[in-house]
Amino acid sequence: MSDTFQLDGESVPFEPGQTVMQAALATGHYIPHLCYHPEFKPHGSCKVCTVKVNGRTAASCTMPAEAGLDVESNIEEMNGLRRTLVQMLFAEGNHFCPSCEKSGNCMLQALGYDLEVHTAGFRHLYPDRPLDASHPDILLDFNRCILCELCVRASSEVDGKNVFALSGRGITKHLVVNAETGLLKDTDIALTDKAMHVCPVGVILPKRVGFSVPIGKRRYDQRPISKQALDDAPRQADAGGSCAAREGIP
Amino acid sequence: MTTTDDLPAFLDALLARHGNNPTNLLQILCETQDRQGCIPPPAINHLSQRLGIPRARIEGVAGFYSFLHLRPNGEYRVLFSDNITDRMLGSQILMEKMCQQLWLQPGKVSEDGLVSINTTSCTGMCDQGPAMLVNGRAITRLTHQRVQEIGSLIRNNTPLAGWPADFFLVEDNIRRSGPLLDNTSAPGDILRAVLFSSAVRPELVEGLHGSPFDTSGGSPRTEIAKDIVEAVKHSSLRGRGGAGFPTGQKWEACRNAPGSKHYVVCNADEGEPGTFKDRVLLNCQADLVFEGMTLCALAVGAQHGYLYLRGEYRYLLEPLRAILQRRRDNNMLGKNILGQAGFDFDIAIHTGAGAYICGEESALIESLEGKRGVPRSRPPFPVTHGYMQQPTAVDNVETFCSAALAIQMGAENFRAIGTQKSSGSKLISVSGDCPRPGIYEYPFGVSVREVLQDCGAVNTRAVQISGPSGMCIPKREFDRKLGFEDLPTAGAFMVFDDSRDLFEVARNFVHFFAHESCGFCTPCRVGTSMLKQTMDKIAAGHGTRHDLNEIENLDKVLQTSSHCGLGRTACNPVLHTLKHFRPAYENRLKSLDFEPAFDLDGALARARQMTGRDDAGAHLKPEET
Repeated sequence: MSDTFQLDGESVPFEPGQTVMQAALATGHYIPHLCYHPEFKPHGSCKVCTVKVNGRTAASCTMPAEAGLDVESNIEEMNGLRRTLVQMLFAEGNHFCPSCEKSGNCMLQALGYDLEVHTAGFRHLYPDRPLDASHPDILLDFNRCILCELCVRASSEVDGKNVFALSGRGITKHLVVNAETGLLKDTDIALTDKAMHVCPVGVILPKRVGFSVPIGKRRYDQRPISKQALDDAPRQADAGGSCAAREGIP
Repeated sequence: MTTTDDLPAFLDALLARHGNNPTNLLQILCETQDRQGCIPPPAINHLSQRLGIPRARIEGVAGFYSFLHLRPNGEYRVLFSDNITDRMLGSQILMEKMCQQLWLQPGKVSEDGLVSINTTSCTGMCDQGPAMLVNGRAITRLTHQRVQEIGSLIRNNTPLAGWPADFFLVEDNIRRSGPLLDNTSAPGDILRAVLFSSAVRPELVEGLHGSPFDTSGGSPRTEIAKDIVEAVKHSSLRGRGGAGFPTGQKWEACRNAPGSKHYVVCNADEGEPGTFKDRVLLNCQADLVFEGMTLCALAVGAQHGYLYLRGEYRYLLEPLRAILQRRRDNNMLGKNILGQAGFDFDIAIHTGAGAYICGEESALIESLEGKRGVPRSRPPFPVTHGYMQQPTAVDNVETFCSAALAIQMGAENFRAIGTQKSSGSKLISVSGDCPRPGIYEYPFGVSVREVLQDCGAVNTRAVQISGPSGMCIPKREFDRKLGFEDLPTAGAFMVFDDSRDLFEVARNFVHFFAHESCGFCTPCRVGTSMLKQTMDKIAAGHGTRHDLNEIENLDKVLQTSSHCGLGRTACNPVLHTLKHFRPAYENRLKSLDFEPAFDLDGALARARQMTGRDDAGAHLKPEET
């Protein structure tokens, strides 16, 4: 019998070394998240997964699970916080869902629907972020970057290539690619790279397949992200392979 | 200054000096820029190849620090310190004048590539401002005349070495001293007392002589180490950098943490606006700092120590290195310190490059490792997983001094100074509206009023305690006392008289936080910018009650979800001034519930600038907006 903690009044068993998020997903409990990915070490930057632990707030993806913790996630206070964080991410970049080819497969958009974010909330910053269409097969649209670092981690840890890195600081923080020209065509990225398949939003896109699945029939058109995320959670068990095979799954 | 012909040879020599060690990347980048004026792409390629680090990651490190540039940024890089105290002394008009004199816009490089002018966060010269940095060198006490002279020197391309020496004069301005600043012990005295005459426990000294100084349990060295920890614990010393963690407890935890190596790190990244006491300690009590670090090394079992010096204090680097060398020559550092076989410890100095967040201990460690200064997720804490994931004791400059002092004078005597929960004395950096700004050493428990009297402040409206992340104290609370019981402080004490607009003070601090956010987490990265936007909207006369509510909302988000203390405290200046000086805000509000931030006439500003027009016809009529 493993140890348990309480999540919104339900008992959640966990293995030693698991974080609150990992244990929750593994047992069919959804906690909203963006920068967390079951195949990577959590780093806790988006803060969308913030929960109350024994009355104090913490990012559930990095919070080590401990026996007897009282975790509150699906409460208005935390969902309100998440709504604001999602609004912040929308205001920070340039997100035009109706014209975005990732629409319907985008975690940020899906989370917005799921959390019922109905208004902009903030004055948008409209940053100037030029596209990189230099690569014959891959488009980079930095306008949509939410700085989750999943591509950085995937390229370094799985692909062993370090195609992506972060530069700048604060609100000017941005993604850079590993080439003196700053252009993706001068890197060794390949369509089969893990880094191609982890972007939760529409930054890293294979060219010429954007609308092969029509809008309306896409991932989050079928089921809300809170349901989809739980389907994806078992990926943890079959570590490393199957998700890349499923098209459009971030 | 910008030679590139022998760049590879220069870089190879530089790399060799740094042991081709990627953890020294930030130091390597700083020295590259010192020579080249920036870090050009060929340099990044070369470093990437030699160090085996992807070039994008090197670019990412350079891009994190304000003082490093990936593109040429002028042979003379002028940065005006932009703390509120510099502004109160007229820095903005001086910068404007200098831009006019040199025909350029702030933030842009002159067409001939000669010079750029911009602002930077507080440079720690608040008692002798307005101040600036030119190519990293601090210049104080700016006046119209001095700025004009600097402009001419730049135009004539005079090398910095040929500029008048008194431009670079930095004064200590010690106005009131106490046990710390009055310390006259000779270098090594305290160390010798601990090792030989044992101030701590005399019976140990007997066993020490002749016995090898090993680390196995029960040896005299282990006993002395334990005694140092006990003495510091008994002194009730708490960290002087702001957080106030009990120092003895930290040293003990570090000592007990398993690891292949232990490290001692001195946090001299004094970035909190309005604070400059560590600068003074490093200038006049450097031996005491190093003595404290060496005692800490003995206590935790470290062989390596680092002093992380903020880039703004670069001018202290050579003098500090000379002191380290003297201590090595006198066997107070290095192998077998003071003849004790096996007592090995040395200190290296790393410089920062313009990043306030590196004052946060885990961000400082990341920076020491040559990375972007992003705070780590905690736990684990540095005492168990610090530098290179090994147990590390990180303490502030003043903390090391106080620890050495506590050991010298005895824990009881140390505790007799100050108050019950705040033992010892505290250095206060006084700046702003007063005739005698500078460093004041008080026993903890001194009241705000007493400090104000001593520095000669009159008609004081408010005091900002412990910098922007601290507290704004209004007149009716001047009897409150500095100390962990009431007003904890890292040392900043900025005085504002009744001619000052506290809204503008808060707005300056909000801009500071937005500039210094590391950008790792969403709430702080975006939230500080949104807060800045809201304050600017109010300043522009478009604010409403709705905006004040928004500020309170932002505060909640920043408080509950930020990754580190920067985000959690970023709203403090606004909340405190709103609480105590609400009219300063309300006078600016339009009486509407909502007012769009978009300013139609303001949107034409760029067109006006491009056409050089500013007449009535180039503006929308009020009824049109």
